Amino acid sequence: MTLGQKRRIVNNVALALSLAAMTFGLFWLAWILLTVLQLGVSGLSWDLFTKMTPPPGSPGGLANAIVGSVIMCGLATLIGTPIGILAGVYLAEYSQGSWLGHSTRFINDILLSAPSIVIGLFVYAIYVAKVGNFSGGAGVVALALIVIPVVVRTTENMLMLVPNTLREAAFALGAQQWKVVTQVTLRASQAGILTGILLAVARIAGETAPLLFTALSNQFWSVSLNEPMANLPVTIFKYAMSPFEDWQRIAWAGVFLITMGVLALNVAARYFLRDQSPQR
Amino acid sequence: MQLRSEAMTSARDLPAPAPMQQPRKKKWIGDFVFANLTKLFAALTLAMLAGIIISLIYASWPSIEKYGLAFIWTSEWNPPKEKFGALVPIYGTLITSIIALVIAVPVSFGIALFLTELSPGWLRRPLGTAIELLAAIPSIVYGMWGLLVFAPIFAKYVQPALASTLGQVPLIGNLFKGPPLGIGLLAAGIILAIMVIPFVASVMRDVFEVTPPMLKESAYALGSTTWEVVWNVVLPYTKVGVTGGIMLGLGRALGETMAVTFVIGNTNFLNDISLFSPGNSITSALANEFGEADAGLHSAALMELGLILFLITFLVLAASKVLLLRLRVSEGSRT
Repeated sequence: MTLGQKRRIVNNVALALSLAAMTFGLFWLAWILLTVLQLGVSGLSWDLFTKMTPPPGSPGGLANAIVGSVIMCGLATLIGTPIGILAGVYLAEYSQGSWLGHSTRFINDILLSAPSIVIGLFVYAIYVAKVGNFSGGAGVVALALIVIPVVVRTTENMLMLVPNTLREAAFALGAQQWKVVTQVTLRASQAGILTGILLAVARIAGETAPLLFTALSNQFWSVSLNEPMANLPVTIFKYAMSPFEDWQRIAWAGVFLITMGVLALNVAARYFLRDQSPQR
Repeated sequence: MQLRSEAMTSARDLPAPAPMQQPRKKKWIGDFVFANLTKLFAALTLAMLAGIIISLIYASWPSIEKYGLAFIWTSEWNPPKEKFGALVPIYGTLITSIIALVIAVPVSFGIALFLTELSPGWLRRPLGTAIELLAAIPSIVYGMWGLLVFAPIFAKYVQPALASTLGQVPLIGNLFKGPPLGIGLLAAGIILAIMVIPFVASVMRDVFEVTPPMLKESAYALGSTTWEVVWNVVLPYTKVGVTGGIMLGLGRALGETMAVTFVIGNTNFLNDISLFSPGNSITSALANEFGEADAGLHSAALMELGLILFLITFLVLAASKVLLLRLRVSEGSRT
């Protein structure tokens, strides 16, 4: 075998393996999505949205869990987003070379990937242990702490994409810096920042670990932030681990709802960003 | 980069500008408030890190005080007797993450290679998005799917096959022995690998794209095959970033909770080194026990587990960040 033949064979084998790796990745995505579709759709019914979580053996739905999840995700986004945007503005517009800027950027990227269960422990230690009971409010705090790093990162990235000439033009007109930031740069990057918020919502919608020790779960209807609050992920966890078949069926339906919601948010975010980016 | 530095040198060569009128010193109140508000919230992010570490140390103090460093290598975990040692969960966390990386790193490399060099242009974007969607699926979905769909199939087909092939090899054969339960350390490692692949693959793809086309084209012009270009030009150029991506994947794998909790088997006893046997990880121990732990030593010991996990992942993720930053810096100086 000549050297040329050998090199060609090595090349072909490597590229075939690369194709195999790609197929391997897509294979799991397809398998998981198909399972969720197949088992989830069969569990869908109106009861799912109108009835409470049942004890084993009797019919029921996920109404309280869905409402609880929506409340907690909504409030967490409302709290986390402004904090994240302001911190992101600092990093992009004010921090030039300061130690606070450097260290915040560094720490924020670490918090972005930090284990979410530790956030749960943290909120347990500073909130639940002090108040004395699990509560929806603690769940909101935990989720908000997860939203912040995501929004900080996208806000900073999007602001950095705004051309400096735009800032200079505004300054040349005599605008104050905070006017420049709020009315020029933030506006120019609003589509990107919105994308970041959508991704943050998608991230917390499926978070289970930080809710285990904060919001816990609730078998009954409760919208009080001072009581344990039902939510989809923890309910799914409980039902999926149980040996009861009807609970598992409800859990599959819940998984279907979460997966479709999260994927829709992701696709929407991507589409939105691509739609807007040429104008920037 | 080049343009800017040229502009800077030419500016330096110019004669000093005539002294201008001093800009107005007056501080606008709006500006002052807004600047400090953003600064406050940036500082809040830092405070969050400090808060997490301090509160975890405080909450786990009874356990730190009682067991000291021996906590880490004691294997007995017995809540009724108030005996707590973290060896089994730490072992489970490390071993499942190692399995995940052993599978995920070559696969991610293949995916990144495919996306940057092989894929036709029109497929690149949809395929990249598909891989990223794998990262978006919540971990509880992986967990439930792993327990109810993957584990039974794994036990029926894959584990017997592994036991009759790799299990017969001396030395490493011991890793693949025992009853095929489906759930266990190996299953958890595989599910983790699937979860980590998108993170590692997208970092690798991004750093591969950083390689200057000039370098690659030069290699192609010398007659290199695609594989030789990737292995001898792209990979050496981006090795720092690739390592950073792997560390990011490791950080993710170490801290993953739900997917692991469903399939690891949740037992605090470890009798052999077989990867088929069930175990426990730091995260699954927390998820299962913390809710029911009484306020005393048990929850302090669990808090200490959380602290250990946070410190390990912090170091791994910090290393990843430093490596990725270094790639960016060196890229800046080379172009």
